[in-house]
Amino acid sequence: MSHLSYIVWILLLPLANFALLGLTGRKLLKGISGVIGTSVLLVVAALASMAVYQYFFVYGKLDGIYHLINVLQFEWLKFSPNVSIGMGVALDPISVMMLFIVSVVSLMVHVFSLGYMKGEERFGTYYAFLSLFTFSMLSLVISTNIFQIYIFWELVGISSYLLIGFYYDKPSAVAASKKAFIVTRFADLGFLVGILILSFGAGTLDIHTLIIRLTTVQSPQLLGMTTSSFLGISALTWGLTLVFIGGAGKSAMFPLHVWLPDAMEGPTPISALIHAATMVVAGVYLVARLFPLYSFDVSSLNIVAYVGAISALLPAIIACTQNDIKRVLAYSTISQIGYMMFGLGVSGYSGELGLGYMASMFHLFTHAFFKSLLFLCAGAIIHLVQSNDVKDMGGLRKLMPITHIAFLVGCLSIAGIPPFSGFFSKEEILSAAYQSNKLIYGVGVFTSMLTAFYMFRLYFRIFHSRAQNRELAHGEGSLSMKLPLVVLAVSATLAGFVPFSLFVTPDHAPIEAHVDLIFSIFPVVLSVAAILFAARLYRTQNARPAKIATSLGKIYRFAYRKFYFDEIYLFVSKKIIFNLIGRPAAWIDKHIVDGLMNLLAATTVKISVLIKGFQSGKLQNYAVYFFAGIIGLAALFVYFRQSP
Amino acid sequence: MNNVPLVQILFVSTGLFFIGMYGLFSRRNLITILMSIELMLNSVNINFVAFNKYLYTTQLNGVIFTIFIITIAAAEAAVAIAIIINLYRSHHSIDVEDAGELKY
Amino acid sequence: MTASQVIFYIIAGFILATGFLAVTASRIFRSAIWLLFSLIGIAALFFWMHLEFIAAVQITVYVGGIVVLIIFSIFLTQKSGAKMAKPARSRALFAGLAVLLGFALSFILISLYHFQAETSLALNAGVSDIGTQLMRTNGEGYALPLEVVSILLLAALIGCIVIAMKSKPAGKETTPEHLKGKSEEMINT
Repeated sequence: MSHLSYIVWILLLPLANFALLGLTGRKLLKGISGVIGTSVLLVVAALASMAVYQYFFVYGKLDGIYHLINVLQFEWLKFSPNVSIGMGVALDPISVMMLFIVSVVSLMVHVFSLGYMKGEERFGTYYAFLSLFTFSMLSLVISTNIFQIYIFWELVGISSYLLIGFYYDKPSAVAASKKAFIVTRFADLGFLVGILILSFGAGTLDIHTLIIRLTTVQSPQLLGMTTSSFLGISALTWGLTLVFIGGAGKSAMFPLHVWLPDAMEGPTPISALIHAATMVVAGVYLVARLFPLYSFDVSSLNIVAYVGAISALLPAIIACTQNDIKRVLAYSTISQIGYMMFGLGVSGYSGELGLGYMASMFHLFTHAFFKSLLFLCAGAIIHLVQSNDVKDMGGLRKLMPITHIAFLVGCLSIAGIPPFSGFFSKEEILSAAYQSNKLIYGVGVFTSMLTAFYMFRLYFRIFHSRAQNRELAHGEGSLSMKLPLVVLAVSATLAGFVPFSLFVTPDHAPIEAHVDLIFSIFPVVLSVAAILFAARLYRTQNARPAKIATSLGKIYRFAYRKFYFDEIYLFVSKKIIFNLIGRPAAWIDKHIVDGLMNLLAATTVKISVLIKGFQSGKLQNYAVYFFAGIIGLAALFVYFRQSP
Repeated sequence: MNNVPLVQILFVSTGLFFIGMYGLFSRRNLITILMSIELMLNSVNINFVAFNKYLYTTQLNGVIFTIFIITIAAAEAAVAIAIIINLYRSHHSIDVEDAGELKY
Repeated sequence: MTASQVIFYIIAGFILATGFLAVTASRIFRSAIWLLFSLIGIAALFFWMHLEFIAAVQITVYVGGIVVLIIFSIFLTQKSGAKMAKPARSRALFAGLAVLLGFALSFILISLYHFQAETSLALNAGVSDIGTQLMRTNGEGYALPLEVVSILLLAALIGCIVIAMKSKPAGKETTPEHLKGKSEEMINT
């Protein structure tokens, strides 16, 4: 497809930018590295928008169905005639959508960082890392090959690690970056094994071929994978579940969610880009990419649904008790990704049944806007207050009017109040859940109410409540910090009106989806009630919240301590793994492995002491040895000589 | 001269070689060690010439090798004496027992 | 017993006797003189074998060159009249035994081996024959080894000069900077 070959530039420009700023950003181009990075991203975002237009309206549609376009495809590593790893650029509705989201949000974050990171010591390095992340994320979403996904999956992991640990002189940031890296690596192990199982069964790594082979009912590969089983579960289910574990790690799903709240140690724009809008939805994207397989295999799809539901509920409860603005947002991110996951989990494959898939992608789309908006607002607030703690804020309404409006838009959107974008996507997820699983629907509605409560708890405590007497170094922030807020607020308001069901469905054929107003009344009323409750508790300073907290007693403490997940992990790793595996391994290493080496060394020393007398320094002794050797050799030759 | 068998000439050269070796083993003065080595080289020369003379009368290889050996022996003696003189300068002795620093 | 045989035995006895004296004499200068006689004896052996050119080379290079060099170095390093330190008796005994054993082994091997002449022609080893073969570049010529040996000789000459040259005046020798502090510390402690 030569018309679309410019897509390659969307990938190459950030990579080139990373190389340029990585090499020169520390000294040479330090001052203007932000401008360079932002202008490159502007070009990338423009190209991505063009790709969206051309795919959805010009080239993509064939007989009413959006089909897969391979813009570029080449063989990268060839293991055998049958198995090779390819690289390429593939366009289909979700990859084009992700291209758009990633490049636009990344552009906004670049602009915002111009103001937020100004005067930072490693300004150029920051922009280099941003470019690296953008490159790897964009490459991930257009992958043709499951192994290519894995490669860029790790690359986004490493850029996330670098950016979480950006303030590496802070011990907590270092710990958080390590935690994020180790937890996601742990999950990636599952991903890798899953890839191996799937590709072994299907005999290919190419996603498109893999899906075709494993969903054709009579194909030998599918038969092979469903008949062979381990622990009573078929190989296909194992492979898909393991791949989902990888996705769950990256998307911070229960119980691997522990790294995301700590990852808030990174600069706030990074949280907006990586830990809200793009990287953390990679797991959702992965499941969506392999959705034909998941919808084929009911048991693994159920796992996705229930993990999603639990991940939606628990972090919402935790978020009601937290006081760190970014942590609240992080828990709400986990909760919203949980929504997307169970949206996928309750979806069917074709026609109207694909509503859940479509709603999940829709929620991914709208969430990217309103969550990055909320994070950037939080960034602006932190920039002003110089603290993450909500207790230090309050009464900021007058001081930062634009941020106030933008944050309110974000909160209304995430709470699902019409006509803001979150309403549309969330309602569709809920209606999909209602059709297939009432339990999950209940969880979804309850979570939606909690979401409204904790978001407005945050809103009222920051912008209303009592006004603090504070001396402020500067005002609301420069234009570069306000502009992205305005743009994202407008997008978050309007994104819900995109007729998403016409573009993104599991079988790529447009469906007619409409919001049933009668159905929506119940969740919206609950959300409004939650908002009013939050207003009553937090609009002004009063003792009611504390009273409620004490009356809830243990439950409140339980949620405040994040259900003791960190403690459980620490217990498992320190007490069980370290004691049962680590210490014996250390003992073996110290006494047996090292002991062998020491024995070897000691023996060598002893032998060399024994034989060092030969090196006497006496010339004539050497001559004697020499001639003795010759005589000995001659004797040997004589003795063994062959008689003629 | 043909009524002297080759073995007798080889007896002379072997004897001279082992006399040289005795000197090499038992002498302590570096110059006398050098002399012993010269004796050993000369016994080899006798061998070469005798073989050439008795066994391969159509060729001259043995003779030519003798000439090369004499040349190389001269070079070797010159270098050895330079080393000995240098050693004498630093140790004030040319006894092999005194120059035993290069050891374990 | 022909005259030729008699002359051979005399020469052989002379070579072995003077060689033995050269490695056992207790005064180094005498040792050098015995060596000189032994080398002359070997030259005589070459004459006896009708290899006049080799004999001449033997006398010029060995007798005229190397032995004189050795004598010079004796003058440079020794008091000429002084007796040398005797080798330890055990060492001399051991060396003698080893040498006798080695000699016995070698000579038994030699006498057991039946050398057979290729032809019975007389060897033609005139100066011009040797020179032609030494310089020839084709056939069985030795031009390349000759050049290699010449370069070796040159290298050895330069090497001798470099080795024997006085590197620096003895008084100016100092410890290197980085060792100075250390040695002082060691003295202090």
